[in-house]
Amino acid sequence: MHIDIDEIAKSYGATPALHPVSLSIPSGAMVALLGPSGSGKTTLLRILAGLEQPSSGRVLLDGADAIGTPVQKRRAGFVFQSYALFRHMSVFENIAYGLRARPRAERPTRAEIARRVQHLLELIRLPDIAQRYPGQLSGGQRQRVALARALATEPRMLLLDEPFGALDAQVRKELRTGLREIHDATGLTTVFVTHDQEEALTLADRVAVMSMGRIEQVGAPSEIRSRPATAFVRNFIAEESRLPA
Amino acid sequence: MADTALHATPVTTEARSVRLALSSVVLALTAVLLLAPLAVVFAEALRAGPLASLQAIGQPDALAAIRLTLLVAAIALPLNAAAGLAAAWAIAKFDFRGKALLITLIDVPFSVSPVVAGLALVLLYGSGGVLGDWLKAHDLKIVFALPGLVLATLFITFPFVARELIPVMAEQSRAEEEAALTLGASGWRMLRTVTLPNVRWALLYGVLLCNARAMGEFGAVAVISGKIRGQTTTMPILIEMLYNEYLSTAAFSMAALLATLALVTLALKSFLEWRHADLLAATRRH
Repeated sequence: MHIDIDEIAKSYGATPALHPVSLSIPSGAMVALLGPSGSGKTTLLRILAGLEQPSSGRVLLDGADAIGTPVQKRRAGFVFQSYALFRHMSVFENIAYGLRARPRAERPTRAEIARRVQHLLELIRLPDIAQRYPGQLSGGQRQRVALARALATEPRMLLLDEPFGALDAQVRKELRTGLREIHDATGLTTVFVTHDQEEALTLADRVAVMSMGRIEQVGAPSEIRSRPATAFVRNFIAEESRLPA
Repeated sequence: MADTALHATPVTTEARSVRLALSSVVLALTAVLLLAPLAVVFAEALRAGPLASLQAIGQPDALAAIRLTLLVAAIALPLNAAAGLAAAWAIAKFDFRGKALLITLIDVPFSVSPVVAGLALVLLYGSGGVLGDWLKAHDLKIVFALPGLVLATLFITFPFVARELIPVMAEQSRAEEEAALTLGASGWRMLRTVTLPNVRWALLYGVLLCNARAMGEFGAVAVISGKIRGQTTTMPILIEMLYNEYLSTAAFSMAALLATLALVTLALKSFLEWRHADLLAATRRH
């Protein structure tokens, strides 16, 4: 699905979180919103999902204005920073949640739900954990279950908030590859938020660098690396490269 | 390593003598202040033999009081659970004008004397009261009747559920609820499948405490009940009446029964805590 962010602004009281920003995300692309904390990247992602209302501006999904569409109808698969798995439900119930929440007429049968959950568990390469609870899973497993849960409802776009933030380096690398594979297999338009420039530049097709509620530069990773458009982008990229991996 | 050294002499531990002294003081106080009075009530109830106690409880007035007490609690509990849940939800999850005022208002029943609460209800709903004439015109009886008892009990027990829920709800982030919404759940479904299961223990504690207090409430209920024997006397009121009439076996038997009901509530809470200790630990860890 093609996403058009058209002059979206958001302020909390007198504090502006987003100055009017515009960004066009072509169908099937994988885009990173990259920036330090407080740059407005998560706010922008939440506005796409319908979890927050912008103060002004439009979000066009395949050309249709989606601002009035409630979060339930946006059909955005959202992976939360801390995964937000339902801790009192098993992995199976977590993944099946979105299917069971559908109105009766559109709800798949029990057998169909079981089949789809199993299919998703295989997609995330954890076929045997259906009966476990989130508390019994490792961080990496939780992240993958959160991804499967978001995919279960057959969303039109996949939105991820710092999807690898809480994981150690080894797991992070594996899951990055996993996410890229799933993206390529499903062709879902994917937007993820990160403060890690290496992650953004290696994983995404396009990167939007954000700072202080503004988009500083949008471009392919090679462009961002070789031709930083502003002093901020140059410093941000340079600074992180100096840090040990 | 440093860790083991730390464990060997924890800085927060007092000398053995101090610990012993402190725990004996606490135990002695508990015995004198809490256990002794309860024991005396049960001893006094059984002094004329268990048969006399049972007979006293079997009197029609006594049975009516027991029924009434349970009925009032049964009506007040679900209402207060719903109201407390709504209040806690609003306070913990949203910012709005007047929030501080609402939090203060919830605590009013804790600070206002129950007798004052009872009087206020009489002034509001009684004959000659603010709403008295209107109620009379519509043939609605609140004061000296069951609705009055329920209103007084609701007033007194209002904070229990909300107070238990607010800290638990405030501590939990909204992420799980938001996740439910992005998965297409309606607000009602989210409440039922995510919010409520996450606060079920706090809710249960609140309801159990509310129940103990509802059955034992005296002051507010005494004022609004009019103390009509067999009709508006709840257990605490009947106990006082019997005691004033020097019917001590009957009074203490009822008192022992009321105390037992409260103790059963406490025991139920402890049992559930013990039974679901692992689940409790799991939900609190996050």
